[in-house]
Amino acid sequence: MKRSARYIIPSSQITQESAYLNRRSFIKSAGLAMAAPGMLLGAAGEVAAARARAVDDPTLYADIISYNNYYEFSQEKTAVAALAHDLVTDPWSVSVEGLVKKPRKYDIDDLKKSFGAEQRIYRMRCVEGWSMVIPWDGFELSRLITEADPQSEAKYVKFTTLLDPKQMPGQRKSYFSWPYVEGLRLDEAMNSLTLLATGIYGKPLLPQNGAPVRLVVPWKYGFKGIKSIVKIELVARRPVSLWMNTSSAEYGFYANVNPNVDHPRWSQRTERRIGDLRRVRTMMFNGYEKEVADMYKGMDLARYF
Amino acid sequence: MKPTYRAALLVALHLSALYPLALVIWDYHTGGLSANPIEDITRRTGHTAIVLLTVSLAATPARRLTGWSLFIRLRRPLGLYSFFYASIHLMIFIGLDFGFDWELIWLEWPKKRFIVAGLAAYVILLSLAITSPKLMVARLGAAWKKLHRMVYPASIFAAAHFVWLVKGDKTRPMVYAAVIAALLLVRLIPVTAKGRGS
Ligand code: HEM
Repeated sequence: MKRSARYIIPSSQITQESAYLNRRSFIKSAGLAMAAPGMLLGAAGEVAAARARAVDDPTLYADIISYNNYYEFSQEKTAVAALAHDLVTDPWSVSVEGLVKKPRKYDIDDLKKSFGAEQRIYRMRCVEGWSMVIPWDGFELSRLITEADPQSEAKYVKFTTLLDPKQMPGQRKSYFSWPYVEGLRLDEAMNSLTLLATGIYGKPLLPQNGAPVRLVVPWKYGFKGIKSIVKIELVARRPVSLWMNTSSAEYGFYANVNPNVDHPRWSQRTERRIGDLRRVRTMMFNGYEKEVADMYKGMDLARYF
Repeated sequence: MKPTYRAALLVALHLSALYPLALVIWDYHTGGLSANPIEDITRRTGHTAIVLLTVSLAATPARRLTGWSLFIRLRRPLGLYSFFYASIHLMIFIGLDFGFDWELIWLEWPKKRFIVAGLAAYVILLSLAITSPKLMVARLGAAWKKLHRMVYPASIFAAAHFVWLVKGDKTRPMVYAAVIAALLLVRLIPVTAKGRGS
């Protein structure tokens, strides 16, 4: 597997085993705290101990595959994995269409074969205030788009998730306007950080993580990373995402990670790394400012959130 | 009601009120908490607090319906258990979630309406818990009754807290809000022969 070192957090920081122990001992004191609220002070000491851990250690695989926001299955993060278990991801096809000179329907195996996979370790920040560090396997979306050869009117990319209420129980509820749709500006889609992921930790994606192929845009909130993609369309007008449709005052088109722009109901200033218990300060563009800030020069980010 | 039934009912109450706490401790020891354990226990304790508060609101209507005054005896332990879980809930927020970083809490959270509603509910529950001993009942007399009617706004604040914090589909918190609203509204029905409301 090809690795592109530029995006990889040094592996010297990887201390998963000890981090795991930290977590256990912390939770132990949390358990005590439950029994006797006075014990909380002790727990705070454990938090201090947990601070010894490097912030950017990759999240444990067990956590990545058991704690998932995937409303097509459930709004309960811990319930998703079991409900998604039987999702049929092969056969699967991804249609690349819209304002392109060479539309094409890829069989998932063809897609994987033609574009291959390299590992990229990215931070992922959920809008809810937690985050993970995930070793993705995938390829740059720009390669697929270049292959399709966009027409000059193409300004945005629109992504669509599978619509199949039989397999996806969450889609039987009409609160959301299924299917899930997301969009990127063409320059965002062509940015070299933007990935189509097909695996995690060298294993094929599991359904709860968006199998067989999903979007990864590490400087944006996690909900932009649309899962189980069936259609990628080049379009002229800005797509309306499912979350914009649901609550446009709370979820914008850009959804760039930004500690200075609060969600109306909670702060975005800090986040908690899964597997760790401290809060860390959220970084502008999730720490990818160097790679992406140029695209938003002169834009009022509080307005275009 | 026979004393044995009464004892059985009280035992059942204590067991079911302590069960969610026992489950948290069990799940911690067996790895049953989610990958985000602080969020998990925050939600579980908050959830237990609102359930117990709601059940405590049902005591008076239940007495009116059945005429059994025993239900009124359940009100106090239910309310105190609700306060107990709300206290753990709040301490998790302050101590575990924010590591006692008061500056951060102060900077960020008073602006968030779901936190303000939770805090309002908590302050009321706290004052009711402090004044719950029999000694206080006697001392405060008529004022006690007035004060303890504050459990109605407390439950409304708690419901608002829940509705406001959920992102996306609000069906689940709305069910709680509806049950609480119903329990408050039945109190407006004039008292009949079975018993007097309070
Ligand atoms: C200052 C006081 C309080 C604070 C700071 C607070 C904070 C929180 C936080 C941070 C959450 C989790 C939000 C999330 O995970 O998205 C939560 C959830 C919740 N809280 Fe509170 N809370 C307070 C008081 C209360 C009280 C008094 C009650 C009830 C009597 C309550 C009931 C709940 C419920 C039902 C939930 C949702 C549980 C679920 O998702 O199942 N909270 N609270």
